[in-house]
Amino acid sequence: MVEKVADFLAEGEADYEYMMVESEHSAMAAALGVSMMGARAFTATSSQGLMYMAEMLNYTSGGRHPVVMVNANRALAIPWNIYGDHSDAMAMRDCGWIMLFAESGQEALDMVIQAYKIAEDKDVMLPVMVNVDGFTLTHTYDVVDIPEQELVDAYLPSFDTANKMCLEHPKTLCHSVGPDYYTEAKIAQQEAFEVAKAKIVACDEEFEAMFGRGYGGLIEEYCCDDAEYALVAMGGTVGTVRDVVDELRAAGEKVGLIKIRGFRPFPEEYFQSVKSKFKAMGVIDRSLCFGVGGTVFGEVKSALYGSEMGLKGFVLGLGGRDISVDMIKEMFAELKECPAGEYSDQPIFVGRRW
Amino acid sequence: MAINFRTLPDQELLYGARTCQGCGAVMAGRMALKVLGEKTFVATPACCFAATTSVFPQSALFVNNAVTAFAASAATGSGMSVAAKKLGFGDDVQIMVISGDGGTVDIGLQALSGAAERNDNIIYLCYDNEAYMNTGVQRSGSTAYNAWTTTTPVGPASKGEKTKFKKSLFEIMAAHRVPYVATTSVSHPRDFMEKMEKAKAMKGCKVIHVFAPCPTGWGHEVDLTVEMGKQAVETGLWYLAEYENDTFKLNYRPKELKDIAPYLKVQKRFAHLNDADIAEMQEIRDQEWERLKKVFRLED
Repeated sequence: MVEKVADFLAEGEADYEYMMVESEHSAMAAALGVSMMGARAFTATSSQGLMYMAEMLNYTSGGRHPVVMVNANRALAIPWNIYGDHSDAMAMRDCGWIMLFAESGQEALDMVIQAYKIAEDKDVMLPVMVNVDGFTLTHTYDVVDIPEQELVDAYLPSFDTANKMCLEHPKTLCHSVGPDYYTEAKIAQQEAFEVAKAKIVACDEEFEAMFGRGYGGLIEEYCCDDAEYALVAMGGTVGTVRDVVDELRAAGEKVGLIKIRGFRPFPEEYFQSVKSKFKAMGVIDRSLCFGVGGTVFGEVKSALYGSEMGLKGFVLGLGGRDISVDMIKEMFAELKECPAGEYSDQPIFVGRRW
Repeated sequence: MAINFRTLPDQELLYGARTCQGCGAVMAGRMALKVLGEKTFVATPACCFAATTSVFPQSALFVNNAVTAFAASAATGSGMSVAAKKLGFGDDVQIMVISGDGGTVDIGLQALSGAAERNDNIIYLCYDNEAYMNTGVQRSGSTAYNAWTTTTPVGPASKGEKTKFKKSLFEIMAAHRVPYVATTSVSHPRDFMEKMEKAKAMKGCKVIHVFAPCPTGWGHEVDLTVEMGKQAVETGLWYLAEYENDTFKLNYRPKELKDIAPYLKVQKRFAHLNDADIAEMQEIRDQEWERLKKVFRLED
């Protein structure tokens, strides 16, 4: 990704400043420095790199600096594994960043543009992590439309904020505070996440109006209107589930897909609104919250508090293991066997070898 | 570049800090800002300097300032510097990173190495009080041999810090071929401020390592901070030097290195040392000075 950023510069197609730092920790520290001066910052990372910059993620979010970053979702060591899953992002789910997940190359590109608009909204002012599945999205070819500069500029005007250093009115940023102020600083962040829910939807709708491509904001329902069984997925897996839904629908099965696009803030209200809509709902997780189970499943279960639907938490696709059409069919089949009111208290590992 | 004390501005850009009495670090910050002026942007990691100047809702700094993470000060300063250039803040603004010895020679060294390699336009000021003072006097890679700290305690089986040499930030940074590296001391304000002035006039990554005694951590009287700095230089336990244009220069050479015992004996961190220990330290000092003479190409 950064290689492409360098290419644009080498080809004379861009005029940004390009910093090559020695580590991810310094990358995010530099992005923080850039943002504190009032400029836009972008970086990209993945897996161990995200872990290495972890400390700076909280600095950026707590300081309310709207940095945008793409994270190529990959597994975490040990065992050392370079392939795709969501362990990296899920380990950072509480770092105070807005976290969006893209389904395709085109959505990833569009999401970065949207991310700046969301991040820089004066009532939001939170950094945004655009998550793109490692390998399945980052290392495959996908024809994308790169929008015209003028259109992007119209959608995303130049940015200004009071939350920056200023020669006329010098200030201290990233202040230290005691117990007498810390709580309120955190409440302000929480409130910004609540505001961000509507902003993410609005930014997506505005994008659709201008570029002709919209993605549903925080959530996209696919074939859910009359569905009895729904699978929840995030990232590149969504595309495969979409195909399986089409196939099963053609065979007369009432199945649907729920794509989580915004993981932070979490679309709690959506899940509350569908808590009696389906006979059973399954959640696909590509990470484990050890000692609990699937990470996304835990969130969905919590948001569905009081629901009488059957609920199943599936864990698969860890460390780059393929998520096949058959596996998705198998999960839909399991949902059909799931009685109302039952939920899986242990993760159901799909495609395990032993 | 000569400093004229009569024409230095009266304006103070750092005052009201909640430091301990006799703090060398805040002296360094105050003098540095006197030279750099109000168009300075400061980045400082979690350290004594940040903890005593930047606790909301107060600030002892009257310039733009940001507290950043321990390992991140140089990189944060780099980002600020690159953005300042791109946004057209002008050639007369300064980005100063001010960080302690632990935040520089230990946890912050990697980020500083990166900033030096890129030659980002910053002044990196390391105030050296020879331990992690902010967190409670834990040893760092810059702690003096045999010094008591809370992590190198003294007991029947321990005489304090075991490493015989402070990590040489001066030579490490010179090896990066940055335009300017200097060592100085808060006890030598002219030397210090002239070096700041020189750094201010240069572009690129300038690194200044300032010796900053700490009464709280060292256990000397609060009115001896300047005296400790002077004695460190006169005994050859610290030195005032510069690196630029591939050349190492010692700015001040004592006629003869003074006995180190008086310096050690007024500091509680060395109170456990006997005459033999002190003799060994003096021997190490002599060997180190012989080595430095080669670095600075000095005649005997």
